[in-house]
Amino acid sequence: MPKNQSIKKVLVIGSGPIVIGQAAEFDYAGTQACRSLKEEGIEVVLLNSNPATIMTDGDIADKVYIEPLTLKALEKIIIEEKPDSILPTLGGQAGLNLAMEIAETGFLEEHGVKLIGTTRETIKKAEDRLEFKETMEKIGEPCAPSLVVENVEDGIAFSNKIGYPVVLRPAYTLGGSGGGIAKNQAELVEILENGLRLSRVGQVLVERCIAGWKEIEYEVMRDGAGNCITVCNMENIDPVGVHTGDSIVVAPSQTLGDKEYQMLRTSALNIINELNITGGCNVQYALHPESFEYCVIEVNPRVSRSSALASKATGYPIAKVAAKIALGYTLDEIKNAITQKTYASFEPTLDYCVVKMPRLPFDKFIMASRKLTTQMKATGEVMSICDNFEGALMKAIRSLEQHVESLLDYDFTSLDDEELEDMLHKVDDRRIWVIAEALRRGFSYEMIHEITKIDLWFIDKLAILVEMENALKNEEITPELLAEAKRIEFPDTVISKLSGKSVDEIKQMRKDNGIVAAYKMVDTCAAEFEAATPYYYSVYKGENEAVETKPEKKVLVLGSGPIRIGQGIEFDYCSVHSTWAFKEEGYETVIINNNPETVSTDFDIADKLYFEPLTPEDVENIVNIEKPDGAVVQFGGQTAIKLTEALMKMGVPILGTKAEDVDAAEDRELFDEILEKCQIPRPTGGTVFTCEEAQKVANSLGYPVLVRPSYVLGGQGMQIATCDEEVAEFMEIINRIAQDHPILVDKYLQGTEVEVDAICDGENILIPGVMEHIERAGVHSGDSISVYPAQTLSQEIIDTIEEYTRRLAMALHVKGMINIQFIVCDGRVYVIEVNPRSSRTVPYISKVTGIPIVKLATKAIIGKKITEMGYEPGLQKNADYIAIKMPVFSFEKIRGADISLGPEMKSTGECLGISKDFHEALYKAFLGAGVVLPKHKKLIVTVKDADKEEVTPLIKRFEALGYEIYATRSTADHLRKNGVDAIKVNKIHQEAPTVMDLLLEHKIDIVIDTPTQGRDKSRDGFLIRRTSIETGVNCFTSLDTVDALLTSLESDAKNHLSLVDIAKIAKR
Amino acid sequence: MNAFLILEDGTVYKGKSIGSTREVISEIVFNTSMTGYLEVLTDPSYAGQAVVMTYPLIGNYGICHQDKESLKPWPDGYIVKELSRIPSNFRSEDTIQHFLEEHDIPGICGIDTRALTKRLREIGTMNGMITTNENYDINEIIPKLKAYSPTGVVKKVTCSEKSVLQGDGFNVALLDFGAKNNIAKSLNDRGCNVTIYPAETPAEDIISSNPDGIMLSNGPGDPKECTYIIEQIKKLYDTDIPIFAICLGHQLMALATGADTKKMKYGHRGGNHPVKDLDSGRVYISSQNHGYMVDGDTVNPEVAKVAFINVNDKTVEGLRYKNKDIFTVQFHPEACPGPQDSNLLFNEFIQMMEGKKNA
Repeated sequence: MPKNQSIKKVLVIGSGPIVIGQAAEFDYAGTQACRSLKEEGIEVVLLNSNPATIMTDGDIADKVYIEPLTLKALEKIIIEEKPDSILPTLGGQAGLNLAMEIAETGFLEEHGVKLIGTTRETIKKAEDRLEFKETMEKIGEPCAPSLVVENVEDGIAFSNKIGYPVVLRPAYTLGGSGGGIAKNQAELVEILENGLRLSRVGQVLVERCIAGWKEIEYEVMRDGAGNCITVCNMENIDPVGVHTGDSIVVAPSQTLGDKEYQMLRTSALNIINELNITGGCNVQYALHPESFEYCVIEVNPRVSRSSALASKATGYPIAKVAAKIALGYTLDEIKNAITQKTYASFEPTLDYCVVKMPRLPFDKFIMASRKLTTQMKATGEVMSICDNFEGALMKAIRSLEQHVESLLDYDFTSLDDEELEDMLHKVDDRRIWVIAEALRRGFSYEMIHEITKIDLWFIDKLAILVEMENALKNEEITPELLAEAKRIEFPDTVISKLSGKSVDEIKQMRKDNGIVAAYKMVDTCAAEFEAATPYYYSVYKGENEAVETKPEKKVLVLGSGPIRIGQGIEFDYCSVHSTWAFKEEGYETVIINNNPETVSTDFDIADKLYFEPLTPEDVENIVNIEKPDGAVVQFGGQTAIKLTEALMKMGVPILGTKAEDVDAAEDRELFDEILEKCQIPRPTGGTVFTCEEAQKVANSLGYPVLVRPSYVLGGQGMQIATCDEEVAEFMEIINRIAQDHPILVDKYLQGTEVEVDAICDGENILIPGVMEHIERAGVHSGDSISVYPAQTLSQEIIDTIEEYTRRLAMALHVKGMINIQFIVCDGRVYVIEVNPRSSRTVPYISKVTGIPIVKLATKAIIGKKITEMGYEPGLQKNADYIAIKMPVFSFEKIRGADISLGPEMKSTGECLGISKDFHEALYKAFLGAGVVLPKHKKLIVTVKDADKEEVTPLIKRFEALGYEIYATRSTADHLRKNGVDAIKVNKIHQEAPTVMDLLLEHKIDIVIDTPTQGRDKSRDGFLIRRTSIETGVNCFTSLDTVDALLTSLESDAKNHLSLVDIAKIAKR
Repeated sequence: MNAFLILEDGTVYKGKSIGSTREVISEIVFNTSMTGYLEVLTDPSYAGQAVVMTYPLIGNYGICHQDKESLKPWPDGYIVKELSRIPSNFRSEDTIQHFLEEHDIPGICGIDTRALTKRLREIGTMNGMITTNENYDINEIIPKLKAYSPTGVVKKVTCSEKSVLQGDGFNVALLDFGAKNNIAKSLNDRGCNVTIYPAETPAEDIISSNPDGIMLSNGPGDPKECTYIIEQIKKLYDTDIPIFAICLGHQLMALATGADTKKMKYGHRGGNHPVKDLDSGRVYISSQNHGYMVDGDTVNPEVAKVAFINVNDKTVEGLRYKNKDIFTVQFHPEACPGPQDSNLLFNEFIQMMEGKKNA
């Protein structure tokens, strides 16, 4: 079927801020789809509130609106842009929900806009639990016995009928938000109440628990003519019960025979046909491990995290093909971009094994429960490819960057057998390590399987890895043993630790015996056809397929690995833009990365893609083949920076700022020297290793102090300590992981935080703009509301900041990017942190200023001058807009995580509010982050004594807005004394009605709770904050945020909404 | 024990021996299915060939005898990257290792099957030897490999006497050129009473049994070798009995009606080939296993029209015969292994027989 000629202008909806359950995969899908549409001559209009994405670049779509994903914004864009169609299936659940919302209002018919790709009826059939169940029944596809309930009573009655345990799944939520397994009535009530509230339509599905069954997924494509293919199937190693986003997943399935494989494949095709989906779709199954019985768990009528994974696992570009299908093409008309010989109707076949592992945030939320459930908790994931399962798993483990490189890294040796058996029952992120320990102890496969329900095949594979550990420990290292260890991807470091030989000895022995990595191609067809796309993975014992190229200039770009709190999508944005800039300058580009959700791992971004772990050994193997002229590390976050030393040892020149200068910024003593030389003040402090030293420094500085390890991103392990005990506590936590570098203890200054990103060409600097944080110092910059341009700083302060930036860039011999954080306190400017690399604010500042920062920095790295590139050095004049970056959190997904803001970063994503008017920008930013107020005009306030003065005027302003004020006792007393009509409520353990009762009435808009300084040990405050988050109440722990919110509520911004086309700024 | 795979172009792959340790010379072909290794092993169409599995992990779910497509494995040799140490599936009754040993099939594992596949793709299907002899003399072996040609394979794989699969629907005569079990089963599942005949059954015997339809099965080897069978098929063509043919059967019908077949560079073997029904425009993913094909240019448009083509290389995947209740396909609607998308073709055959009966 040829292209539908009536489609000329398409509106694409993105997925908004990165939250758990909706991460970078939609930037990948959206970017690919936009490019695919543009390729067909379609005019593309984009709506996405997330400024850190590549898809919101001026050159990806024709019109780019970084506006809140609200009905109002969408309607306004439609009126202004008059698109003929909306493509709703590429922006995850958020985009799909918004498209459905507008479709239901009749607005689209009124304005002659159609949904393409998938119709409203189809979306409804797949998403509405009841309609879905009826549809499945109609075509004889089994679902677990289930009932959609809208109240707790029905849930109890139905659960009593089908028996516990039951699974609860709220309709229209993200990543299984609010879902869970209930083993009894008490658990049912708790989860169900929460789920009903979280569901957009107030519906929760209660179903028979099929936990322990095999969880299998199929990625299916269908075109408008009804042709279907499956792109890939995947098997979760963790059986049903763990959200697939938190499971270790293997592609293709490993333990299914052809009968089972084809049975489910046929079922998936029947389902996609019946739902009449045109585009991509994901079908999840539970398969009984001992029969052919199966249940359809869920269908996603859109591209998803799994489809991004399937795209990378097979080389089949699902989003691109889905976009073409939406335009009317059939699968047999779309060329397979990898082979250029076959068509999109050819099912990929794999001749390798793919393993995906989740990146879980428990290193950030050490108080949170590590338990894995049907509620997704992972912030990101890694993928690895090998020709055997063990090797793929080992590669995935070391790609996680969680201080793990083998099955030996979480130590359970101190547990006795009984305790270990108990641990096997606990489903958490360390389960395979627990199994490995059990295997070392000689627990039987059957026993492990009985407890975990993990298939024996996978247990045997873990046993093979354990056996290799033993062999390396106890046997002589022969070339044969070494070859076998490398075949299953034991890194040299682990072999060294086990064998007692040095890493260099192992390396030499490998070299002497020709045990080297070879690279194979991901070609969609198991070598049946020739493929030209250089997308590689490594194996040992094999013929190398990576074609050696000898271009004039070749650069290695290091990616940023899995998305985690503190290192998100923005670094992929930077890596990709840097790659494009190098290409523009005639370089051949080689990317190494291991994150399947990203644009950088799309096979057509760099000239060559190596899907590999980012460890020195893995990088060296690639360097040996590619022999790049240089490597760039300043765009891949801390992941890439950490590889600097190793790259230099390999003889790869680091392009841009030299390694010793990067070190100087991180090394306290060297940095202090530089600051002194530059005459730039910083908060006083010292470096320590032990707790005693830390306490000594702290006391000499005077409390409060800031304690943190060096060389970290996102303020990991950073805390404000107010007393010796807290210093001791934080030092203990930091030192749980062996520290190669000293720990820093600084005087904590409570001032305004200011941040700049600058480009330096060695002679001049270019500062696109100065950003000011709304929250005072002490809240991590990534969790602060950031305002560009700075609103409260005097010209003198701004001049000082510009001057300090210049001095520091020169003193550190920066070539490329530098990010500096300042504190302005009592009219003085202090430097608190310097990062000679790209930062999280780069994408957002690039977009609002129209200055292509990464591109300019990349060109500066290779010797171009700022003046040559058409820019005046120094601080650029302010843009026409005020742009506010608002952090977005995923606290509701992580049970037990403390939500109070502090020096350690906790947000998972961000959104943008942009306008010519400050108040409107602020209002839009809150809206984009999901803060839609007022609703019930009631708030609860409970603050620590030190904040009582400060909070009073804020509360008065709420009163003036018509808010009813509830406060806990001492806060209430203080407020009443100062003329606020506050209603006193009891604390949790006092008699009813308490704060908790009030919250559970679902009538509260806002909770203001400032925790005691440092790590909060008051369980009361913690519980209030958790309950607020879990009942969907906006909870604020910083009074500065509250002030900003008030400012936005008091303004009349909500009465008008202006649109800003980012693409136009880019072209200015 | 070490084993070696030696190709006629002199390439040698060193791996470990699996199954039997006897030496074998065969034609080396590759299959890209990710599941269904047992169905591949027991597909009689692999007689005279040694098969390379491109999927690297084989044997994961063991052996379930019920899934066999014939009584025994037919390939001369079996070439894989890695055999699973334990089988894991609720139906598993045996391991590949043991199954190969039991049936005296030699094999090799631990070689770079992707490199081998690329070689076969680039040069075309080649002959090769699997041996455990460390002291092999390559100069002596290569001429032997070049001289080797598999012959008489249909005779080797067909049944020796006729048998019946009881059903109360249409009477179907199935000519077994090396039929996969699921062809008879697919018909029987649709109620057919299936009589399975040896390959070289005279046409007269079939016709005189008065079947409602005739099914020509898949099978191994060069179709042109089957001269006697082609003669019989000519006679079947001349009757007005509905005929449905798969794979070798499809090629033989084409030869019987004046078209030509030719050997492909490396064939189609796998479960992911798209075929397009030219009437409806619909595309199906098919299971395939053939090294020969009907040459589309030689099909007389007066006799038959091309009904299916392969989306990738546009080769003939099926023919509908003019003024006849005959249609033939190159791919495998009976699947096993592979996708079941096209099994509705069996329904079409049933409808054809119904139409004939009601006429």
